Amino acid sequence: MLSLNAGTITAAYIAATILFILALGGLSNQETARRGNWYGITGMAIALLATIFGVVTKNYGLLLGALLIGATIGLLLARRVQMTQMPELVAILHSLVGAAAVFVGFASFMDPNSSYTGVEKTIHNIEIYIGILIGAVTFSGSVIAFGKLSGRIGGSPMLLPARHWLNLLLLLGAIWFGREFVIQAAAGGGMQPLIIMTVLALLFGIHMVMAIGGADMPVVVSMLNSYSGWAASATGFMLSNDLLIVTGALVGSSGAILSYIMCRAMNRKFLNVIAGGFGTGGGTSASGGEQDGEIVSVNPDETASMLAGAKEVMIIPGYGMAVAQAQHTVYEITKALRAKKVNVRFGIHPVAGRMPGHMNVLLAEAKVPYDIVYEMDEINDDFPDVDVSVVIGANDIVNPSAQDEPDSPIAGMPVLECWKGKTTIVLKRSMATGYAGVQNPLFFKENTRMLFGDAKETLDQVLKDLT
Amino acid sequence: MKIGVPRELHADEKRVATTPDVAAQLMKLGFTVTVESGAGDSASFSDDAYKAAGCDIATSADSIWSDSDIILKVRAPEEQEAARLKASQTLISFVWPGQNTPLLEQLTATGATVMAMDSVPRISRAQKMDALSSMANIGGYRAVVEAAQHFGRFFTGQITAAGKIPPAKVMVIGAGVAGLAAIGAAKSLGAIVRAFDTRPEVKEQVESMDAEFLMLDFEDEEDGAGEGGYAKVMSEEFIKAEMALFAEQAEEVDIIITTALIPGKPAPKLITAEMVESMKDGSVIVDLAAEQGGNCELTEKNEVVKRHGVTIIGYTDLPSRLAAQSSQLYATNLRHLLTDLTPEKDGNINVDMEDEVIRGATICHNGETTWPPPAPKLSAAPQQAEPAPAPVEKEEEKRSFAGPLIAMAIGGLALLGLGAVAPPSFMAHFTVFVLACFVGYMVIWNVTAALHTPLMSVTNAISSIIIIGALLQISSDDPVIMWIAVVTVLITSINIAGGFAVTRRMLDMFRK
Repeated sequence: MLSLNAGTITAAYIAATILFILALGGLSNQETARRGNWYGITGMAIALLATIFGVVTKNYGLLLGALLIGATIGLLLARRVQMTQMPELVAILHSLVGAAAVFVGFASFMDPNSSYTGVEKTIHNIEIYIGILIGAVTFSGSVIAFGKLSGRIGGSPMLLPARHWLNLLLLLGAIWFGREFVIQAAAGGGMQPLIIMTVLALLFGIHMVMAIGGADMPVVVSMLNSYSGWAASATGFMLSNDLLIVTGALVGSSGAILSYIMCRAMNRKFLNVIAGGFGTGGGTSASGGEQDGEIVSVNPDETASMLAGAKEVMIIPGYGMAVAQAQHTVYEITKALRAKKVNVRFGIHPVAGRMPGHMNVLLAEAKVPYDIVYEMDEINDDFPDVDVSVVIGANDIVNPSAQDEPDSPIAGMPVLECWKGKTTIVLKRSMATGYAGVQNPLFFKENTRMLFGDAKETLDQVLKDLT
Repeated sequence: MKIGVPRELHADEKRVATTPDVAAQLMKLGFTVTVESGAGDSASFSDDAYKAAGCDIATSADSIWSDSDIILKVRAPEEQEAARLKASQTLISFVWPGQNTPLLEQLTATGATVMAMDSVPRISRAQKMDALSSMANIGGYRAVVEAAQHFGRFFTGQITAAGKIPPAKVMVIGAGVAGLAAIGAAKSLGAIVRAFDTRPEVKEQVESMDAEFLMLDFEDEEDGAGEGGYAKVMSEEFIKAEMALFAEQAEEVDIIITTALIPGKPAPKLITAEMVESMKDGSVIVDLAAEQGGNCELTEKNEVVKRHGVTIIGYTDLPSRLAAQSSQLYATNLRHLLTDLTPEKDGNINVDMEDEVIRGATICHNGETTWPPPAPKLSAAPQQAEPAPAPVEKEEEKRSFAGPLIAMAIGGLALLGLGAVAPPSFMAHFTVFVLACFVGYMVIWNVTAALHTPLMSVTNAISSIIIIGALLQISSDDPVIMWIAVVTVLITSINIAGGFAVTRRMLDMFRK
């Protein structure tokens, strides 16, 4: 087999790094995004080829076998996955990165050819330790997030008594075993504390995600995204490989920024989200803040005529639309309305759904053109001109008390101000409160109409009445 | 229980208390419905239509009055009807107990339960059974239609080959439900619409319908809103200013629609004979307050008269002139009331005197007069606009330089500390790491929010670059390490292929 010298490999790695940066840069808008993805694929291919031809010396058969099997599984997953299941897929893929970091860490620790001595050895061991720690937390956290997102584990936060102390204890344990590990490793041992620490880290990951409720998932998913990057970066340090360091850092900061954006969109502190226990879970009944005013419900037939009579329609989707798989019907309605010269737009709140950008992907899947899909900041000022806003399975993101009740738990959270439009139609299954457990005064406003029922069924009915 | 709907006896009353559609919904509540033959004829609901909906048809009113448990009517019962009422029965209709004291006494004496649709309290929860609003809405609409019939010109302005036609100017006095309906109807015919009301809070509603709100040139702020959202009697100076405004407008507008009513009082005289005289010939006045004496001095109840070249319409039965529509709305109001009365949906009504709405509507019960009800608790729009709670201030926190400075100092010291102990090779990698973080930071902020999900899946794919680590180890002589590396290659390649492929799939879906 041909082999490459170290300089060529480094050059290939630099090329891969640049291509990765371009891949992320391409996502700045829809036109360049596809090209960006190809940059990413090319970068990955260059890195893989350079490594395979430059570093690997034997076991090519096994290597190719593993690559082919893995790639086949990956492609099948990518083809089969429903767009509503994207958050689950992303979560489970994160767990694989975490697992890989743990494996590489252990393998690196066991590598008999390691030639480090003195301080370098200590640093190397600390790097291994940190790589495994982050990898294990990413792995178990992602598995739990996957379970929660796919409904295999209940979505409500699991709050153990004294959970903050438990977290602290796990952290202190990890540090203490880290010290033990470095001391023992210097003497040639260290496997035992390393395994204990891995178990502790796994427990920490489970406990952390278990305590977080359904609607905080966008933060969790992007946080795990970030962790998977840091895990890759730590592995890069461990292997003295700049490509891994850079790529990991890119991914890590990407995830961190997403987490930050999500937290800002909920007006919450990152630590506060991670510490968990916002409200007491989804769908509790109303508490506090008595409501005067009457709920006015409408039927699909009336909804259809209101929509047909409007000039400006704003559709505000939430997680409920994903649950009911209603995005295709929503688009059919959009088409029917646009044919009637009604201007239909979509307003997306940053935390709508269970993953950053979740709603955009669902709407894209239903073929909604992306130039009528707007972000909250782009359209919030337009609501006074909107004739009918349709809120589909969303609650807290359209709650006016975020603005006018300073002591509300969601006070200060930016919300879509649909109540400033002429009429708002809210599709909902029942009057239960949203994730934050806060009653929504929007439902009691004079210009709000409630359309109760499963979003898909009622919208199908609306569509039928519309055509 | 059995619901009976007799034919309305009052002359010229075309409405009926239930329609086939609503009757079908009443049956879903567990009732049976019997309709007197011919009851719906004037409102274009045939006996056959009722039959098709599942109603029984009674040939005469007698069996309805003798067999029914609940009787639904539109107009207040005539004397002979009230005489047929039995203690076990419930009657629901308009009654106007305030104006019909003898009738109220007669009804009380029967021992029956009587609910007056006109006494349903005006609170938000009862809006769906507010028959007065339903009828007022129809009245307002019909008023414009009547005006159009007697007005000799277009409402809308046009420019034609034969010349320019100016749009009609309509003034609506009183922007309650009827007034707003009139504004809407006149506006959609193309007229220029102005409206006046003593309650300043309706200004927004008027303007929302694209009509002009006439402001009074008046010093003191006086709010004309009385209890229950109705208007109240205004002060003398106010009325003077108001009359001056009307006089000025009368010379200009073509059509005046007056809807000014104050509960329990004769209608205020707003349009004097002189004003009528000052109006252009061919103008029309529709007086919706004719029942209570009229807002115009020259109105004659139930008549259309022509005075000084101006047609003055004083019909009091405008809703009945749109019988199918008003029957349908009234029947729906009744259904909502009955729905509230039968919480179990088992066809048995429960007159719950603790319920504010039911209590308000019930005017006699068990042989006792229960009218007037205790004053309603207001829940609709507060009249004395409370100072709105200050919106959550989006106060930009003053960014002091201290915070970032301290953070930078700590960061710098930590770096120095690290540099002091770490070997140079580590510091080289660390430099790369820190720079990469900054590059990532700059690049990611440019990513559009719509593509955050593809961003996650693509970063997920490229973070699988960790596969390089496994590739470095796969050629190891140690079988354990080798196999660990093989497994790692396997799972990361799932991730690489899956991540890129799903990203591509998603991005392909985004289209214009």
